[in-house]
Amino acid sequence: MSNNQNRPQHADITGEMWDQIDQVIAANRSIAGSIITVLRECQTIVGYLPVEVMDYIGIGMNLARSEVYGVASFYALFSMEPKGRHTVKVCTGTACYVKGVKEILGRIGNEYDLKEGGTTEDRRFSLEGVRCLGACGLAPVMVIGDDTHGDVSADNVLGILKDYD
Amino acid sequence: MSKLTVQDLNALREKAAEQYAVKDGFKLLMCGGTGCHATGSLKVKDALDKAIVDYGLTDTVRVVETGCNGFCALGPLMVVQPGGIFYQKMSAEDMPELVKSHLVEGKPLKRLFYKDPMTKKTVPVQDDMSFFAHQMPRALRNKGIIDPEKIEDYIARDGYQGAAKALFDMSPEQIIGEMKASGLRGRGGAGFPAGVKWDFASKSSGDVKFVLCNADEGDPGAFMDRSILEADPHAVLEGMIIAAKAINARQGYIYARTEYPLAIKRLGIAIEQAKELGLIGEDILGSGFDFNVEIYQGAGAFVCGEETALMRSIEGKRGMPRPRPPFPALKGLWEKPTILNNVETLANVPQIMINGGAWYAAVGTETSKGTKVFALSGDVNNIGLVEVPMGTSLRTMIYDIGGGIPKKRKFKAVQLGGPSGGCVPDQYLDIPVDYEEIAKVGAIMGSGGAIVMDEHTCMVDMARFFMDFIQDESCGKCTPCREGTRRLLQLLDKICDGEGEPSDIEQLEVLSAIIKETALCGLGQTAPNPVLSTLRYFKDEYDAHILEKRCPAKRCAALLKFEVDQKLCKRCGLCFKACPADAITWKKKEIAVIDKDKCVECLTCYEKCRFDAIF
Repeated sequence: MSNNQNRPQHADITGEMWDQIDQVIAANRSIAGSIITVLRECQTIVGYLPVEVMDYIGIGMNLARSEVYGVASFYALFSMEPKGRHTVKVCTGTACYVKGVKEILGRIGNEYDLKEGGTTEDRRFSLEGVRCLGACGLAPVMVIGDDTHGDVSADNVLGILKDYD
Repeated sequence: MSKLTVQDLNALREKAAEQYAVKDGFKLLMCGGTGCHATGSLKVKDALDKAIVDYGLTDTVRVVETGCNGFCALGPLMVVQPGGIFYQKMSAEDMPELVKSHLVEGKPLKRLFYKDPMTKKTVPVQDDMSFFAHQMPRALRNKGIIDPEKIEDYIARDGYQGAAKALFDMSPEQIIGEMKASGLRGRGGAGFPAGVKWDFASKSSGDVKFVLCNADEGDPGAFMDRSILEADPHAVLEGMIIAAKAINARQGYIYARTEYPLAIKRLGIAIEQAKELGLIGEDILGSGFDFNVEIYQGAGAFVCGEETALMRSIEGKRGMPRPRPPFPALKGLWEKPTILNNVETLANVPQIMINGGAWYAAVGTETSKGTKVFALSGDVNNIGLVEVPMGTSLRTMIYDIGGGIPKKRKFKAVQLGGPSGGCVPDQYLDIPVDYEEIAKVGAIMGSGGAIVMDEHTCMVDMARFFMDFIQDESCGKCTPCREGTRRLLQLLDKICDGEGEPSDIEQLEVLSAIIKETALCGLGQTAPNPVLSTLRYFKDEYDAHILEKRCPAKRCAALLKFEVDQKLCKRCGLCFKACPADAITWKKKEIAVIDKDKCVECLTCYEKCRFDAIF
């Protein structure tokens, strides 16, 4: 296991987070093909994947930096940018699209000066258009944190967002 | 609990069936699928539990949190046995009244009954509702009936009997024989006969083989695999055990979409329970056969639904497809013989073992046997999960089961097969659900997404939507898909923005043909389908966009004037009330006026206007 001196400095990552990252690496080091799992768990710890973390994982997992970056950049789940306190995931599946997601994204964008994939300056919200959440019965659907909101409309979306500070 | 033998399994079934049956008192089947969770079913359940305690009914009433019931649009919902009384759109506040009225006084609570949108009649019993009456649940036989987190419930409903039969009484050849006789074709979309696939893998040499379950349900508008995993995870595990015996594999993986947390949680619980009872692991049921299953979580890449890409992803690589042959049945995961089956396919397998291939094949058409689950959504009254016998017409699905189109609007098309599929217009609604028949009209059966679109949907915009999806999800390995879909999207953007030229149509057709011919994997080869099928049936809409600079469905903002028609305006003020930008001025009995400087072109007023007065 790496000792503390080998850890890069990073403003967003505390010593405790590095300890957890070490644990994740140690638990998966000998499992073939586990890099996606490691990246996922490290992202959960830090909130996103800074370059320093990916490099650190590469060393720990004995993988080339390019390979770690290659995997991280391929999958939509991984983000290399810091996220807002609340990630607003608006489903852009077909059913939600047919039922007016365009208008919802437009309304959020106008209110918070926020584009899909962006984060507000105060890091309150990140806005993501996500792939079908499979809850088409409630279309249009929006997920904030662990809360799923169904039957969202351009009219009620701002009211829903108000509750997330 | 200790590991079971076959005798123990049968004894447990008897015991569980007895507990499971409603003798006296009530059983409340409360839907706990993702849809109902989102509409607040957990709060409703808490209130229900409390009301049951308050009325002292804990000994006679059992509340079962089931998986997805299927009628997602009506959640939170619950079925009360005996009687099969269906309650919909319940709130926590309703619970004390419901418990008192139905469970104490024996008078079902009428105000929470379902009202049929077509007949306007109230329908109290689930089986009488036209949404359920035309269905034939096979893959979904346990949905809304058992508690997916209790293996005993599954065992009570003949769970693991199919695996026991396969492990003790059948040779791999016999298993494959029944699978072939069943005519079951891959439910993920490609429709390859499952028995034939298993046969290839069983004949491949090698000690190490894998059984994979594709639970990376990526098609937008498809949620049947999620629902099966949430409602009946053991059926999928049992199907995998049977497949493992057929090809002699020791290890299985379920590749599950990361967007489906509840399905992953329930699968995890199911695997743990099955392991505890010795139904997964070493020496299953004392048969000497070993098989392990692990869940592998995807990380959000549509292309990983393609089999070779999925295997690369499990290996911890970028999930990119590779050319076939060699087919995975020869060289798959870690270069070992591998079979990959979809969730719905595997969920059908245990019943085929118990009842035989001929039983399964007795339903369906010449080339498409059994049943198919569809996720019916979009502009249709009854949104939800629908399992119908092959051969059922699309019209039955949309009008009898789906209850028709809301808001008195006209049906335009149903989109089948997601981004690889196509739109079926009104004149073909009487074709049967059948792999070949659907392909003839330019769509595909696909994994079962069926999105209904009304007259307010712009078909050019729809093609643009799918192309945006595909070019974003293209893995970038082969040029036709990477560059070709991007060019298609540029052309469609141009047309939607009102800058289309007549030659663009020809370009769309030429490019589509080339991509179809030359792309590496199924994702790329089918990518032009949404363009081709909309061109085939809705060429007039393309022409309107290009030649008249007009969007007939009024969805393409660049082609709209954002003005109010003086004659059509009924002076109702709905647009004024809805406008988020305060761009509309209106007073009682006056025609609304849109201030174009303030207008953000969000289309809200178009949605709100009931008289088509904004153009």
